[in-house]
Amino acid sequence: MFKKRIAVLVAFVVVLASVLAGCGNGKTSGGSTNQKSTFKAGMVTDTGGVDDKSFNQSAWEGLTNFAKDNGLKKGTGVKYLQSTQASDYSPNLNTMVHQNFNIVYGIGFLMQSDIQKIAQQNPKAHLGLIDAVAVDKNNKPLKNVASITFKEQQGSFLVGVVAGLTTKTNKIGFIGGVNSALLKKFENGFKAGVKTVNPKAEIYAQYAGAFDAPDKGRAIAQTMYTKGADIIYASAGNTGNGVFTEAKNRTKNGKKVWVIGVDKDQHDQGMPENVTLTSMVKRVDKAIYDVTKQTKAGKFPGGKVLEFGLEENGVGIAPTTDNVSEKALSSVNDYKKKIIDGSIKVPTTDKEYTKYLTTLK
Amino acid sequence: MKVNAFLKKINWMTLLIPVISVVLGLVCGAVIMFAIGYNPLLAYQSIIESIFLQPYYGGETIRAMIPLVLAGLAVAFAFRTGLFNIGVEGQLMVGWFASVACAIIFGHLPKFILLPMSVVAGGAAGALWGFIPGLLKARFKVHEVISTIMMNYIALYTTAYLIKNFLYTEGERTPTIPQAASLSSAFLANLTQGSRLHWGFVVAIIAVTAMWFMLWKTTKGYELRAVGFSPDASEYAGMNVGGNIILSLTISGIFAGLAGAMEGLGTYQYMTINSAFTGIGFNGIAVALLGLNTPVGVTLAGALFAGLQTGGMTMQSNAGVPVELIQIIIALIIFFVGSGYVIKWAADRLKRKGHKS
Repeated sequence: MFKKRIAVLVAFVVVLASVLAGCGNGKTSGGSTNQKSTFKAGMVTDTGGVDDKSFNQSAWEGLTNFAKDNGLKKGTGVKYLQSTQASDYSPNLNTMVHQNFNIVYGIGFLMQSDIQKIAQQNPKAHLGLIDAVAVDKNNKPLKNVASITFKEQQGSFLVGVVAGLTTKTNKIGFIGGVNSALLKKFENGFKAGVKTVNPKAEIYAQYAGAFDAPDKGRAIAQTMYTKGADIIYASAGNTGNGVFTEAKNRTKNGKKVWVIGVDKDQHDQGMPENVTLTSMVKRVDKAIYDVTKQTKAGKFPGGKVLEFGLEENGVGIAPTTDNVSEKALSSVNDYKKKIIDGSIKVPTTDKEYTKYLTTLK
Repeated sequence: MKVNAFLKKINWMTLLIPVISVVLGLVCGAVIMFAIGYNPLLAYQSIIESIFLQPYYGGETIRAMIPLVLAGLAVAFAFRTGLFNIGVEGQLMVGWFASVACAIIFGHLPKFILLPMSVVAGGAAGALWGFIPGLLKARFKVHEVISTIMMNYIALYTTAYLIKNFLYTEGERTPTIPQAASLSSAFLANLTQGSRLHWGFVVAIIAVTAMWFMLWKTTKGYELRAVGFSPDASEYAGMNVGGNIILSLTISGIFAGLAGAMEGLGTYQYMTINSAFTGIGFNGIAVALLGLNTPVGVTLAGALFAGLQTGGMTMQSNAGVPVELIQIIIALIIFFVGSGYVIKWAADRLKRKGHKS
């Protein structure tokens, strides 16, 4: 009897499997007829995932906007692959290269070495790298990679101007994610902006050591606000969310403090207590949109190091300016012109910053 | 005749539980996919096709299998002595760091010295990270679950500190190790369309054999297992229980450290500053559990998990199913293994009813 039951069970499973398999095959063949040799653009997220409210999300918005304007479909025409661990970067990038995507973006400098390796293995593939420059053994940019970088120092300078003109205590904080050359561009640009309009201002700068530690961000913000700072520039990804939490708590208790957001317009994140003074936006979406457009037109900018600054609208202050005074806004516009025409060169490293300070006196 | 006798010796019931668990896990995963509106058949089809028909993903699967199997062996070995080594993750990280650091510092040495030396460095660092909780347990009765978890955090932040201050290069990582210390091979890469498959699989095979030999073919192994079955009885029989606990966690640490060395010398060729755990060590617990803490079982379970993880990425690209679903399936499989008692009970009932009617 036992055997009989098993036999029935097996028969059931086989029937079910064949029925379902029928469905499966139907769908795949249907899908493949739709896939003609049309343009395809893909991106691989880092471990933050596509909904990180920051960098990856912004990149994906760039691709979806491009898809909308060019009649491409999400999931086939433009597509993202998520990475759950660092060792996923390489297989994910490879998958898209093997599927003949016309361009594949690696989002973030953490993918630099993987992109470099894959670019050399697949000379015909077109790749894009955000926030780093892909080079070969001789430190020359790889011919089939478009390296996309941003002049974060310029945008940070402008929010620094806003901070310098808004502060009442003349004490301003900067919280960075991980102490690296990239984040130093944010810090020094910001400090230069503050000092230019408000030489008396004192600036506290500290690094949390991680982009995904809101608790640390909050602890550092607590210290800085207690020391008397009334504005903090949180340039730390998800860690910055802790700064928002602390600022909201203080504002709720009747002590008004401000946060300056980063990467995206973080005005909504400061609500309902309204603690976002302004944000330094980094238009990853725009950069991706532009490069994809060029690629589609057959002008893939391979081997080039693209720098998106104020001039290209690649960085800047957030469109929401409800909390910024008229005076600050007009001087932001003045300095923007000065940076674009080259009369101010914003420092990126500690050395350049010290030098910049001497020119102010 | 001999084969028959061997087949009779196997306890089919215990073998059945992991197999049923895997099937149930996959079925439940399919139901979830179906409910959210994805095509489960297409999803599983893309996993199987990519792993078995496309050399690239086949190579990547074996690559992902190497650290998983070693981490699984680490957990299983300690478990045989009745110890829960939750610290595989930390032991893996110090092993990873030590192997990479050794390769960079002694980069001028020839390959036949440097490569084995770096692998050994990884194992030794892992051993140290296992020895400390072992000592605490044997001398002061500190529960190894707590101490090994804490050691994970110490490892995470210590390695980050050391990289930051001594071996830092742009991109939040150490420099790339010299070719003389690398396990990667152009031959294996060409064979698998440029995957990152490396010679580490040889180390994994040796480790699997070593665990089997140590536990079942040596007197010391017999002692270790005896302590696992009953510490009191072993002590009564004149065995040094404390010493065996330290030894077991140390050897477990060696396996975990080797897993880290494989990542450092094989997959990545460098170490990044990790802000979170790699997850390999924790997956190792699942691998050991599913593999019934036997060397062969761990190998098979490691292959399954590596296949699911690698195939999960093609599932994402072909069927549009989010990668997170693979984690759910893995969790479900573990859940069913954990509730193995229920499966056993159901099977027994099915059998008994069959006899009655």
